[in-house]
Formats: sequence, structure tokens, C-alpha cells
Amino acid sequence: MSDAPLRRPRDALDIARVFNRMALQGFGGVLAVAQRELVERERWLTKAQFLELLSLGQVLPGPNIINMALIIGDRFLGGRGAAAALAGLVCLPLLIVLLLAALYREFVDVPMVAGALRGMGAVAAGLVIGTALKLVGVLRVNPLGWTAGGLVALLALLAVGVWRWPLVGVVLGLGGLSVAVAWWRLGR
Amino acid sequence: MNTLFFGPHGTDGGVLLSLFLHFGLLSLLAVGGALTTAPDMQRFVVGERGWLSDAQFTSSVAIAQAAPGPNLLFVAVVGWNIAGLAGVAATLAGSLLPSTTLALAAARYGDRYREARTMRAFSAGMAPLTLGLLLATGWVLTAPVRNSWGAMLLVPLTVLLLLKTAVSPIWLVAAGAVVGAMGWV
Repeated sequence: MSDAPLRRPRDALDIARVFNRMALQGFGGVLAVAQRELVERERWLTKAQFLELLSLGQVLPGPNIINMALIIGDRFLGGRGAAAALAGLVCLPLLIVLLLAALYREFVDVPMVAGALRGMGAVAAGLVIGTALKLVGVLRVNPLGWTAGGLVALLALLAVGVWRWPLVGVVLGLGGLSVAVAWWRLGR
Repeated sequence: MNTLFFGPHGTDGGVLLSLFLHFGLLSLLAVGGALTTAPDMQRFVVGERGWLSDAQFTSSVAIAQAAPGPNLLFVAVVGWNIAGLAGVAATLAGSLLPSTTLALAAARYGDRYREARTMRAFSAGMAPLTLGLLLATGWVLTAPVRNSWGAMLLVPLTVLLLLKTAVSPIWLVAAGAVVGAMGWV
């Protein structure tokens, strides 16, 4: 399968269609289905190209999947392609989520609805904590090592979650320090 | 004015502008994805400005988790609950404009500045920060249910199911809705 020649999207509409299909399959994040759709089904990218774009998307601020979509759309069709990828990814999911939000506002006074949202909120918290814990394994191969990496994670949790410091200082200060130490360790 | 379309603050230009600016700043700080900025959004819209309650903020994230699409869309629900459709435009534009501009610039001009050690140091250095910030997000989201025994069981149970089974998150959200509707959370 990897030997099959790569294809290109036919036009902007094609780009929007594929990213829309990806978005509608993605509950709790779209990244998981992105590789299957872009590499295996559409064959717009090789697996190596996909991983390279993923790491570029992760270094850039903002949602990884949206950054990736913009870069892919831009490579194929320039600004029009980027706009089509973003529109495909966001438009229909936005409509769905706003319909849910409007329904919530309409029925928030019904005790069962309020209760359901409390339960969903607790699950949402658990999902985010679980996603975080999946990253713990990655710390093992991180050039920072267990101790320094764990310390940075703990300080970020305390500063932002418990002491409620503004994020800007934590990302620039603690994040900057962490990147500097990683840079130094990579050079040894 | 219709509150469905404007919400409690939708006709206040100052509210919309400060939403746009604050979410725009956070967009540039979202090195670990949009969810890592949720604690600071909560600090701003709940703690500092009092536009939403803890429960409304957590519900906004929960509603987005129940729908398909990028995680980022929870900012649209936060905007909706503060200022209706105008709020959606403010939070979404703020969250998208800075990071999309940067992504497109990097796509076109990034290659020639890319140096392996700097790139690797950046992602390695930011990885533990992302981990800590996601834990902070999870902790902040529990704010409205910390006094409930049911919720304090449901949160670790969700973590366990996510880590140890292949069940899709949407089913966990659905189960949370059922358990909550029965009044156990």
C-alpha cells in the first residue's frame, strides 16, 4: 500500500470535504483519525510526511489538528486550500456544538439536565486527566529526564491549577527554562 | 434584545473586545493544545470577571466533549454562554487568528529557519509543561463537583477506563450524563 502513488486533492471543495469527514468522526479530538484518513484513505501524504507535519504542528501554538490542516491545505492550494481545510474542520462541528449549547441553555433549569451536565463535567475532567497521564510515558525518553521533567510538570500543575497564576508567566518562565535545559542536555 | 442570540453580555463591546484579546493571547500560549489554556480562561471569565459560574464553565467543556470535532470548539461554547453569537465570534476569532497566522507563516517560511536541535529542545522542554497544564485543566474542571462523593468516584473511574480499556470517550461522556441525570453526581 505504501508503494501506491500519492494523490492530490481535486480542488478546495475536496479538501473541505475530507477535513469535514475527519472532524465528524473525531469525538474527543480529531488527531487520532487524521493519519488513517490522510495517509491510508486519501493518500495525500506519506506516513513520514504526516509525522513531520505532526511534529511541526506540535511545536506551533494552537490546536495541533488545526495547524496541520492549515499547512496541508496551504501546500496543495495556497491560501484557498488553507481556508478550505479550516472551514471543513470547524464549520459543521461548530454548528453541532452550538445547537447543544442552545439546548442546554433552554433546559438548564430541569434538574435532570443539570445533573446530566454535572456528570458529563466530571467525565470531561477525568478524560483530560487521563490524556495527561498518557504523556507520562513520553517523559521516560525525554532528554530532560524523569526528575527535571517531573518537577516541571508538578510546578506547572501547582502554579496554574492551584495557585492560579496567569498562564503567560508560567509558559514563558517555566516553559522557557525547561526548553533551555533541554537544549543544553541535547548538546552534551 | 433576544438573549438567545446575544446572551447576558452580547451587546457590551467592552466585554467582546476583552474576550477577543484574552483568548488571542492564550492562543499564542497554547503550546500543548487548546485545552492547556482552559485553566487561564476559567481564571479570567469565572474568577476575575464573574461572567460565568464554575458550573457553567465546566459544562461548556463537557458539551464540547460530547460533540464531534476539534477540542478547541469548547471556546465557542464559553463565548456563547457569555455573549451569544457575538461571544462565539469573539472567542473563536481570538483563539484562531494568532495561531493560524503563525502556522501559515511557518508553513511558508519555516523550513529555512528550522534547526534540529532547537526544534527538539522546544518540543522536549514543552512536553512536561503540557503534562502539568493538562492535569491543571482536569483539576480546574472538577471545581463545581468537588463536594460530591459521586463525582469524586466518577473522575478516577473515567481515568482508569480511558487508560486501561479501548472504549471511545463519547461512551464515557454518555455514561456520565446518565449517572448525573439520576442524581448521583
